[in-house]
This record gives sequence, C-alpha cells and structure tokens, in this order.
Amino acid sequence: MRNNYLKKYLLFFALLFISQAIFAQTRSITGKVVDENNQSLPGATVLISGTNTASAADVNGIYRITGLRAGTYTLTASFIGYTSQPKTVTIEADNATVNFNLQPSSKSLSEIVVIGYGTVKKKDLTGSVTTVSSKDFQTGNITSPEQLIAGKVAGVSITSNGGAPGAGSTIRVRGGASLNASNDPLIVIDGVQLSNDGIAGAPSALSLINPNDIETFSVLKDASATAIYGSRASNGVIIITTKKGTVGKAQVNFNTQVSISKLSKEVPVLTGDQLRAYVKANGSAAFQALLGDANTDWQKEIYQTAISNDNNLSVAGGFKNLPYRVSVGYLDQKGILRTGYLNRASASINVTPKFLDNHIKLDINVKGSASKARFANQGAIGAAVSFDPTKPVQSGNDKYGGFYEYLDSDPSSATGLKQLAPRNPIGLLEQRYDKSDVKRSIGNAQLDYKFHFLPDLHANVNFGYDASEGKGTIVIPSTAAASFNRFKDASNVLHGGVNNQYRTTILNTTFEAYLNYAKDLKSIDSRIDVVAGYAYYDYATKNYGFPDITSDGTTVSTPTFPFDKPENTLLSYYGRLNYTYANKYLLTGTIRRDGSSRFSPLNRYAVFPSGAFAWKIKEESFLRDNKVLSDLKLRVGYGLTGQQDGLSNYAYTPYYSLSSQTASYQLGDTFYQLYRPVAYDPKRKWEQSATTNVGVDYGFLNGRISGSIDAYYKETKDLLGEVTVAAGSGFSNKFVTNVGNMVNKGIEFAITAQVVRSKDVNWDVAFNATYNTNKVTKLTFVDDPNATGSAVGGVSGGTGTTIQRNYVGQPRAAFYVYQQVYGADGKPIDNVYVDRNGDGTINDKDLYLYKQPDPKYIFGFSSNVTYKNFNLAVVMRANTGNYAYNNVFSSTGTRNSILNPLGYLNNGSANVLESGLIGANDKNVLSDYYVQNASFLKMDNASLGYNFGKVLRSSASLSISANVQNVFTITNYQGVDPEVGGGIDNNIYPRPRTFVFGLNLKF
Amino acid sequence: MKKNLTIKAFIVVMLTGSLVSCTKKLDLLPTNDITSATVYASAEGYKQAFAKVYGAFALTGNQGPAGNGDVQGIDEGTSDFLRLYWKAQELSTDEAVIAWGDVGIQDFHNMNWSAANPFLKGLYYRSLYQVTLANEFIRQSADDQLSSRGISGADADKIRQFRAEARFLRAFQYWVLLDMYGNVPLVTETDLIGVTVPKQADRKTIFAYVESELKAIEPALAAPKSNEYGRADKAASWALLARLYLNAEVYTGTKKYAEAIDYAGRVIGAGYSLINNYQYIMLADNQANTSENILTINYDGLRTQSYGGTTFLTHAPVGGSESASNFGISGGWGGARTTKNLPNLFPDYTGTADKRSQFYTTGQNLEIKDQSVFTDGFAVTKYRNVTRTGAAGQSLDFSDVDFPLFRLSEMYLIYAEATLRGGTGGVTATAVNYINLIRNRAYGNASGNVATISLDFILDERARELYWEGFRRTDLIRYGKFTTSTYLWPFKGGVTGGRSVEDFRNIYPIPTDDITANPTLVQNPGY
Repeated sequence: MRNNYLKKYLLFFALLFISQAIFAQTRSITGKVVDENNQSLPGATVLISGTNTASAADVNGIYRITGLRAGTYTLTASFIGYTSQPKTVTIEADNATVNFNLQPSSKSLSEIVVIGYGTVKKKDLTGSVTTVSSKDFQTGNITSPEQLIAGKVAGVSITSNGGAPGAGSTIRVRGGASLNASNDPLIVIDGVQLSNDGIAGAPSALSLINPNDIETFSVLKDASATAIYGSRASNGVIIITTKKGTVGKAQVNFNTQVSISKLSKEVPVLTGDQLRAYVKANGSAAFQALLGDANTDWQKEIYQTAISNDNNLSVAGGFKNLPYRVSVGYLDQKGILRTGYLNRASASINVTPKFLDNHIKLDINVKGSASKARFANQGAIGAAVSFDPTKPVQSGNDKYGGFYEYLDSDPSSATGLKQLAPRNPIGLLEQRYDKSDVKRSIGNAQLDYKFHFLPDLHANVNFGYDASEGKGTIVIPSTAAASFNRFKDASNVLHGGVNNQYRTTILNTTFEAYLNYAKDLKSIDSRIDVVAGYAYYDYATKNYGFPDITSDGTTVSTPTFPFDKPENTLLSYYGRLNYTYANKYLLTGTIRRDGSSRFSPLNRYAVFPSGAFAWKIKEESFLRDNKVLSDLKLRVGYGLTGQQDGLSNYAYTPYYSLSSQTASYQLGDTFYQLYRPVAYDPKRKWEQSATTNVGVDYGFLNGRISGSIDAYYKETKDLLGEVTVAAGSGFSNKFVTNVGNMVNKGIEFAITAQVVRSKDVNWDVAFNATYNTNKVTKLTFVDDPNATGSAVGGVSGGTGTTIQRNYVGQPRAAFYVYQQVYGADGKPIDNVYVDRNGDGTINDKDLYLYKQPDPKYIFGFSSNVTYKNFNLAVVMRANTGNYAYNNVFSSTGTRNSILNPLGYLNNGSANVLESGLIGANDKNVLSDYYVQNASFLKMDNASLGYNFGKVLRSSASLSISANVQNVFTITNYQGVDPEVGGGIDNNIYPRPRTFVFGLNLKF
Repeated sequence: MKKNLTIKAFIVVMLTGSLVSCTKKLDLLPTNDITSATVYASAEGYKQAFAKVYGAFALTGNQGPAGNGDVQGIDEGTSDFLRLYWKAQELSTDEAVIAWGDVGIQDFHNMNWSAANPFLKGLYYRSLYQVTLANEFIRQSADDQLSSRGISGADADKIRQFRAEARFLRAFQYWVLLDMYGNVPLVTETDLIGVTVPKQADRKTIFAYVESELKAIEPALAAPKSNEYGRADKAASWALLARLYLNAEVYTGTKKYAEAIDYAGRVIGAGYSLINNYQYIMLADNQANTSENILTINYDGLRTQSYGGTTFLTHAPVGGSESASNFGISGGWGGARTTKNLPNLFPDYTGTADKRSQFYTTGQNLEIKDQSVFTDGFAVTKYRNVTRTGAAGQSLDFSDVDFPLFRLSEMYLIYAEATLRGGTGGVTATAVNYINLIRNRAYGNASGNVATISLDFILDERARELYWEGFRRTDLIRYGKFTTSTYLWPFKGGVTGGRSVEDFRNIYPIPTDDITANPTLVQNPGY
C-alpha cells in the first residue's frame, strides 16, 4: 500500500510537471447548456467522465473547462429534473465547443428521492412518498419552513398557528394517528431527527431554520415508507434536505424581499354608537351610567401595517474540488399586532468533500441561527374585542401608565381596578416587554465509505446534534394595570410589576450507522439493496427555575428546584431489503426494533415491520411501446409503526414529587412542602398503527401528465388515551394509558400537468385532493354503551367548559352540544334547547354529537404560467366538511357578557344584534348555534415575476417578483378566519394579508 | 500518506468510537422527583408525605395556586375539597344561589343535576383521591415498613400516630361519600394501586366501616386539644362519630341518637368553649379560635394558595356595591348570595340583635328574580380575609381564613337535636342550656335565650349558627325537607316559587366517569 501510494505521488508530480511543460498547449471546451425550450440552464454541471474535472454553467448557461490536453473526452451534462446527456468530443489543435440541449426527465422518474437511510429513484419507490423541491415551493414572505409546501402535497394539511411573526404550523399527515399523544409528524433535517418539543422563547421549533436553505421536502406517508423510522413514524415523516455545494465556479445568489402585512379582517364588534344604543335598549340605569362618549375602534388601535425585510446571500461552488455552500440570512419581521417582532440571523455551511478516489464521501452541514424577538401580548387580541368602545384609549391622568382602565367603585381598593374586568388592550401591549433571545445550531457529519475490497458495500455513519438555548425576560412596569400592586409583602407594602426571566437549554444528539449493500445480479435479472443499521437518539432539555419578582425586586415566589432536566432516549436497530426483479417487480421489506426510555423494561422494546410490493406495469411488454401511457406502477404496502411522543418521560414507575412553596400545608406552626405520589402506569407501551396502502403512479404523454392515486386504511391500536381510572385505584383519576383504537382511512389523488409547452408560453398546473375520515373505535377498557366519551376542547366561558368529545364510533373531537331551538323569525331562542331524550328536563343527557373539526376533503391547486420573461403563479387550498366552534360569538356575543354581572360593560361580537341571545344560563355556551361550517377556499399565494435575464454586462442575472399572500378566502363561516386548528375559534392571532416585493440577483 | 492515515483513523473513530455512546442505557431518572424509598427513608419524609394527606383538603394540586392539579377533568381552581363540598351542600338549598354560568353549576339550585355534573364528579374524585393518599400512607407506615426502613423509637411512635390520623382522614372522606353518594367503592390499604378494581359497598356497609375505623383508631389518636394545630385528635374523631350517628337513620334506617348524644357529650366535656364573638369565627386570624374549633382546614394566603377553599368563600360572595377591601381582597367574584329564607330566620338583617345575621343589603334585592344577577338576593359577609382588628390578610388574592370542619356549636346542636329525637342519655335542660350558650354569644347577652326548644327550632337554629358552613343539605334531608314540598325556597327545583323534586335526589349520582371506568358500580336509583 505504501508502495502504491508512492507511485501515485510520483505520477501526480509527473503529471504536474507535464502539465506545466505543455501549459501553452492546453485546450478548453466550452459550450452552452439549454433546456427543452432553449432557455439557458444556469447551474447545470458538465463533468468529464472519469475525472473530478467539472464546470457549472453560469447564468447564461455557459460552461468552460480549461487546461485540457488533446484527446477524446466524454462530457456529461446534468441538472436536477433533467435527463443527463453524455457527449463525446475529441480535441486536437483547437478548442472545442459542445452544446447541450437537456430534456426534462420523464416526469422526473429518475429523480432521486430521499427516503429513510438512503435514497431511491422515484421510479423504484414502493411506498407513498411525495417530494417537493425548491422550484415548486410557495413563495413570498415565508418565515417558517413547513409553509413552503402548504397545499402542495396530497394528504398533508399545514395550518399556520396564526399570524404572529415566525408562528409555526400544525402539520397533519393523513390526519394524524393519535388522540392524546402527539399527532405531529417526525421531521428529519439532514439526518437529524428533531424533537417536537418547543424551544423556550422561539415562536416555533422550525422557525429557527431559514427556509431559503431548503432544497427538498420528502413526505413519507404510508407505513411501508415510514416504518424504517419505527416508533416515531405513525404520523408520517418529513425529510428536509438542505441545499448543497456544487462543483465549479462559485455562484452567488442574493435574494431580498420587503413585505407589507396588513390585517385582512377585523372581528365584527359593536361600535361605540352601537353599544350605546344596545345598552340603552337592554341595560339597567346602572349600566347606562357606565357608558362613555368615545368611539374607539380597539382593533384598529392594536394592529399596525407591518413592514418586514428578508435578505439572503448564498455562495455555492467548488474550492479545489471541495464542493461547498455557504449562506447567510437576515430576517427582520414585524408583527401586525403592535410591539411584536422577530429578528433572525442565520447562517449555514455545507461541505461535501470526497477522499480516496471517491471511496469516502463526507457531508458536513452546520446551520446556526440567532433570533431576538419581542412577543406582543396576544391577550390584547381578545381584549380588543371585548373592551368597551365608548371609552378612550387614554384616561387623561398618569395612573396605570395613562391608559384608561375600569376602576373599582371602592376607593379603598388596593389596586383601584375593577376585578376580573378586561384591561386596556393598548396597555396590555405596550406595558409588557416579553423579549427572547434564542440561539440554535443543527449540524451533522455524515460519512459514507465505499469499501475498497467490495465497492458494492457502503458504510454510512452520521453524527448529528441540535443544540439550542432559549432565554428571555418578561418585564411589566409597576404602573401597568395588568400587575398593579399585585403582591403584598410581610410589612403590608404593595408591590407591582414583573421582572422575570426564563431559560431553557436543549441538546439533542443523534448517532446513526448503517451498512448498505447494493448489487445488480445480472445472472438472475435482479437487483438487491440491503440496509442494516443502528441508531441512538437522546433528547435532553434543561429548564431553569427563576423567582417571580416585582418591578422593585421584591420576590413573590421562588422556584422549588433550580432546574429540571427532562430527558428521553431511543435506541434502534433497523434493516431494509429492496429486491427488484426484471426491473418490473419491486419488493421492499423493512424492520425496526425500537427501545424507549419512556417505558418500563417490560414494554421497552417493540418491533415495527413493513412490506411493500410494486409492479412497474409500464415495463411489461404489452405496454412498453404504448406512446400515450408513459408510466404505470402499482404499489401495495403494509406496515406497523409506533408512537411515543407526547408522553411524559418517567410515568411508568412510581415517583413522589415535591410541591411548590405556595402549595405547602400548615401542621402546627410549620409549613410543609408536600410529597405527592405521582400517577403512573407500569403497563404503558407503544401506540401501534397498522397501515395498508394501495397506490398507482401514472404518467401520460411522456410525463406531461402524471400523478398518483393512493388509498389507505390506518388502524391505530393501543392508543394512548386519557382514561378515567376507577376511583380509588390510582393516584390520579385520569391518566394516559394504552386503551383506544382509531381508524383513519382516505384516498389521495394528485395530478400535475404541463398544459402548455411552447417557445414563449409554458403552463404547469398541479392539483391534489384528499379524502380523509377518522373514527374512534375504542376508548375504554370495557365497552360501555352508555359511555359519553372523553371530554376535550376547552373553551372560554365558564370554568372547565369543554365543547368536544372523543366518542366511540365518532370522528375525533366531535362537537358535543345542545340543540338550539329557533323562533319563527329564525333567531335562536335564549335558553331553549331540544329535549332530545324527552325526559322533560334539559340537562347534559340532552347533549348530542354534532359535526367534527377535521376536514373531510382537502384540496390543493397550483398553477404556474410563464410567458417569455414573465411568470405568474398561484396557490389555492380548500378544506370542506370541517366545522368550527365560534368561541368569539359564544363568549362575547351575549347580553350577559356585554352587561357584565360584575358591574362593567364589555363589547362583544356584533352577532349579538342578530341573535339577541342573553346567555345568562350555563347551557348557552354549549349550543350548536355556535358550531359553524368552516369549509373554505383560500388563495394562499399569487405571485408575478419578471426575469430580466443578463444584466451588468452579462455578468449577472436579475429577476424581480411581486407577491400577495392570503389573497382571499371564500367561506360561509361567520368568524374572521375559518382555518382553525382543533376547531375552536377563539381570538387567534389573525393571519395578515401580505404584499411582498422581491429581487433576486445571481452572478 | 499521512492524510490517508488520518482518514483511516477518522473512519475508525466514526465507526467504532461512537459505539461508546450506545452503551448508555434506557433507564433514565427524573431530576427532581424521588422514589418512595427516598421519601420514606426518614421521619421528616414521612411527615411531608403525611402532610400531603391533610394538604389534599386545602390545595388543588402541587403548584400553588394552580398548575399541577390533583384531580383531572375539572377546572383546577374549582377542584379543591371545600369549594366542591360547599357547592354540593349549600347551592342545592335555600342558603345559597350563584350567579355564574359554569356548565353544571346551576344544576344544584335547579335540582336537575345528572351523573355527568362536573362538580359532583370533582367532589367524588377529590374525596376518593384523599382516600387513596391515605391508603398509600397507611401502607407505607405499617410497622413492618417502619422496621424495614430502620425507623424505631420515638420516630416510629410519631409515625404510628400519623397513621391513625390518616385513617381518620380516610374515615372523614368516607363519611362525605356516604352522605353525598351513598353507595360508593370501598378501597382500603389492602387494595394495591392499579391492581384491584374497587368494589362498591352499600350505604350501610360504608356507615359501618366509618364507625368501626373511628372507634379502632381512638386509642392511637392524641388526647383532645393536645395535638399540633390542624391535626386530628380524639375530639375530632368523636365529633365525626356524633355527626355520623345523628344522621344514622338517614344513612341506615337505624336510629343512633343515644350514640350521637354520647359522642357529642364527649367533645363538649373535653374542655372546649365558644369564643366570645360570633363574627370572629371566619376571619383571617381565626387560627386563634382554638377553644372552639376542633379541627380545621388550614389556609394561608402566601403558602397554601388555591382558588378554592376560603379564598372562594371570601371572594365569591363579594360583588355589587360591596367594598372588596372590607373583605381583605383585591376584588370580588360576584357569585354567591342567599335566598330570602336565610335572612328571614333572623330578627333583623343587620345583626343588630342577633350578631350572626351577617348580610350585605345595600343595592341587593331580598327577592331573587334572576339567579344570574348578583344583586338579586342578599350577599353574605360571614367570611372575610381580615383580622379581628380589620387588617387585611397576608395576600389580597388568597385567603388566610381557616375552615373549621368541626366546631363546638355543632356538638351543642347535635346534643340538643338527638335529645329531642329521643336519644337516651340526653337531658333536655342541658340541651336548652347548650342552645342558650350559642344564643347568648349571638346576642351578646341573654336577651335571645330560649326556655324551650323543638326540632323545627333546632333546624332553624342550625341555619342561623352554621349557615354557609356546609351543613344545610344534610340537615334538610334529615328533616325530610330537601326534596319535598313541605319546605320550599325561591327557585327550588328551578321554578320561581320553588317546587318539590323526586326523592331520589336525596342522594347524588355516582359520576358517569366512574361507572364507565369501573363497570362493577351500580348507579344510584333514579339517575
């Protein structure tokens, strides 16, 4: 070996010498790479086969390879989504010109799809996997990565959790599989499996990842695709791959955006004049005396037009054959709710060096971000709906920071404030400084070693980490009404305000190692691809405790412990076999054995197998020559997956926990902090979902029309359900144990079409439709026909009021309500409900199940038209069959809320004028009057772009775009926004309408 | 070549070095929670676990005032014992109405509760939660456990007394369950956690169990007035027996008035005396009332915080034009008032003659037209988070007022009633004397004294003396007036003038949740 290398070095120096010697005689190859429409393909790579010599096409599609000796070369031009094209050229005395005209790969069938622990060509997929790459992403002011694919994937619903800066989304793949554990899919970024737990001070975990760094999303939907991820796969898996470096000349990409966000719709409430009229008509003299003269539109006061900037710069290229990509980004986002903002600086580095004749490939990614945010007090949103519009913003005196507040009639009151009345919305916003400072880094180093003695065998090792620190402060001045004179010390002196801190650190580590053997067995016309591996994941969080302190530094309470460190670990062994026969019949089998620290040793390990079969019908002789049908594949898969997210870490074994100081008990003269036995369930184990999936992939006209149809049936058993424990038999009357069963079934349909292809005009459309229903099939250990399910869905109005039930035989979280009786005028009659069981009294036995919050149908539609240098794209989404409980109507739109029995006036939903409800009883809040059809059609995004092509003397290319997000919503829903996660609409942060102007420069 | 070696070394490290990290096991321990072995390793640990059995009376959970509740499926702020007990005993009667619209809360006064009522569910689970805690402590403090943990001598003696008190607390909660729900699951220390399905016992069995437990623990309990503040002694046990026997006819059909007289007499003879001012009994510094209070639930505005208990009783009745600062609080919750029946039992509404007449009438209507309007019905000012000198309690948001589970007046009234009901051993003249001790304090002199007493008078006197202390429903049932038309009050049964309701409502239903969870349970008749 030593000898061998000596020779190589000698050869190297010899070549070097020769190349120097013949420098004057070197040749070059140059040319242009264009697509099927003769448009240049910047970034396309041209490689001299058998070497590392390559060049990337510049913005005009021009590549140049220099320093070549005379001879014959095979050049291969390649570009993602296009069929690679080899060309052979012989250069003698002159430089050569070789142009390439790449054709789109037949609906990207040769596209590489990232799956768990490996990749596969799209045409060889056996499971249900959808890939969305950067060219198909949603555009505009996207600050959280998952929004990039909203509406793009059949079976995946992405609902943003409101419009706050950086707000995350609720992602559901095929509706999710759980009731009480997590329904969030597993997200893997460059091999790092993320924890779904949030980070203190970050609006959402994904918000710390710069969407501009993302290359593709792979959504693994059925069990045969996800089962390799075993215990965390029941809710689907989303694999995010970031952009990588390329060989060749450095390419610089600069993107800048400015966006203007505005409130799209106010909650309709009474104006000052309307409230005056209402109170005069309905209120006692005492209430009428409370009216003021103002006409304040509180919603107008709390919202603003927010201007944000997002700038991103990336450089990708090869440094001495070391492909790299470096990017930096800076986001400055303002919220439409005044005072809120998010500033995020992010950077990422990717290098992919190769060693030992490409036997070793390294893929190193480091991403970092630092954000500073101020969270606007979202309590102001509800307060703006219910604060009396006849009152001014400012009181005219200095008390409470000058803000008008409801005062107590009792002059000796400690705070002077009316107890339980809402506080001035502007005061809530401006007198709360909730600032966070979050740093996060995600990185991995993946090594792939192709064995020297057996090149078909690869060893792949991946180390990953996800480290973050979130900390922040909450400061409220002592003058603020929200915490005015909130604490009385031992000397009877009152202290107000808040000066508190919080801090959490997280270190999640990943280690994965697998061996991969892939071999074409020509003798039997087969190919095998085997993976076997081991993985270790550790999720450790450290939450620090801080005292509760007033503005002047008085300690209100001290934490029981300086910190808590919840941690859980997973150990896994996994394997996969892909077998292909005659390039027509594909078999996949996977198996994974997972161990989790969250279960007792008895139930700690579980095995999750899957199997799938695919038949490439198109490859059969009877179809091979069919010109119309370009692809036809049948897929059938079955697999078991598991679920343990969302469970407490240690609840399988008995522990005692110490109470806080404020929950001590006095015996004699001593106050004791109490040891409470914690409820535990030693029998707790994995939730298991069994999914059957049948799918067809199709393509027509050489892929101009393509898509897939999938049908699935997912049965989850041993659902971790919150069950009521027989009283007296446990330390809690409810705990989470494996008790339920649930069935999810659905059909997904996706189609994309290149409607028009011509020299000047191209038009692509994509459409997907999903039908999904779920049904709870078991909820208790013993079937009880009289069981009324488990209550979920807490709503505002009364203490502990819930509006939904998980109920056997019904969809998850169905609404459980009284049936409202209506008068001849069509208006609801106050406190009159249908006596559904006919027993002459209206009580909870008359509650009934009415509708569900999950949509039955989800549609997504994208259209992209290119005319010469113009580009027009729209994305639309629709949900139908989903219902929402209008909690804004029910908690504010009644006389009893407006004329508050505690002796102050509230504003309320303008619905009160229409319904005339009084709402003084305890049943109004449970009326089906408030359950409303929330089906909708939304245009998420419309964008218009113009590509200037070459500018700056052909050294750069420039494009600009204008974009509107949240363009319109068509719905019959009576609240502000029908898109409500979980089905309860109660003053969410409104999603703004955003106008974005962007500029992209490449050179 | 060096590079080659480096790369090889790198591969080796990556492939094998990392296996070290895999040796970490899946046995992870919580940072701050500890195992039972650690808790019960010392006498101090026993005391802290023991204190939890008591603390379950006062607190809603492990985090004051809220955030880590003991009882699930109900709003935590409403999930403590006293708030739930009070609602079940008072809102269902003439003594109280509430303005709020929390789901199920109006069912009490309207007398149309069902087995799904959240508050009835909460009380049931709270009572059985304290039973479960007591069972666990009783198991952990058995003699064999103590010796296996090396605890002996004075420490072991102390823990044995804790154990007897845990049995008292369990018996108390079984009395609550017996009174409210009648036929309930009976679980004891022999029923291991998560192993046995609790078996339902009928009312007579529960009665016998409570009686036998209280008698069995008597020798192990401290002598009257000799224990630490807030802990049960023999007198507490006797007082509960007296209460149990007074209602024995309702619970079992068998009269036990002689026993009621016996046990009430034992408490009376144990050296207790009434404090001199009735209006001091429910104040922030009522910890001083040890001459009268036999056992209290202890609240503290700083260290024992919850939204239930006396925090509820000092906030919920404050509204309208009442001054919150008179109650030592930052603001009232505008909820609870009384029907006219209670104030009408007194010679005047202002406490001029009978100091027990503590009502706020300004801007309040005696007649109730609408239960949801706070100003309909007089407000009750009995509970105030201020000291005898009028100074506010430690916190304006959480009450310092301790709640007497048993106080001497009740024993006088039990003695008198049981005597009138023909219990042997009772002396009428003594009974009259006891009643006049109560009335003498109420009037400040002998002007309110009576010469003769009757059963109906005792019922009224109980209302005057013990109103809003959680007795009314039990009293009305004993007098046959709870469901029947012989006694009506505004909105009884949900109609303005009141009406009778079905007799099955003398017992509350077993909550649906437990019927589902424990299919061996049989619902009470009528529900």
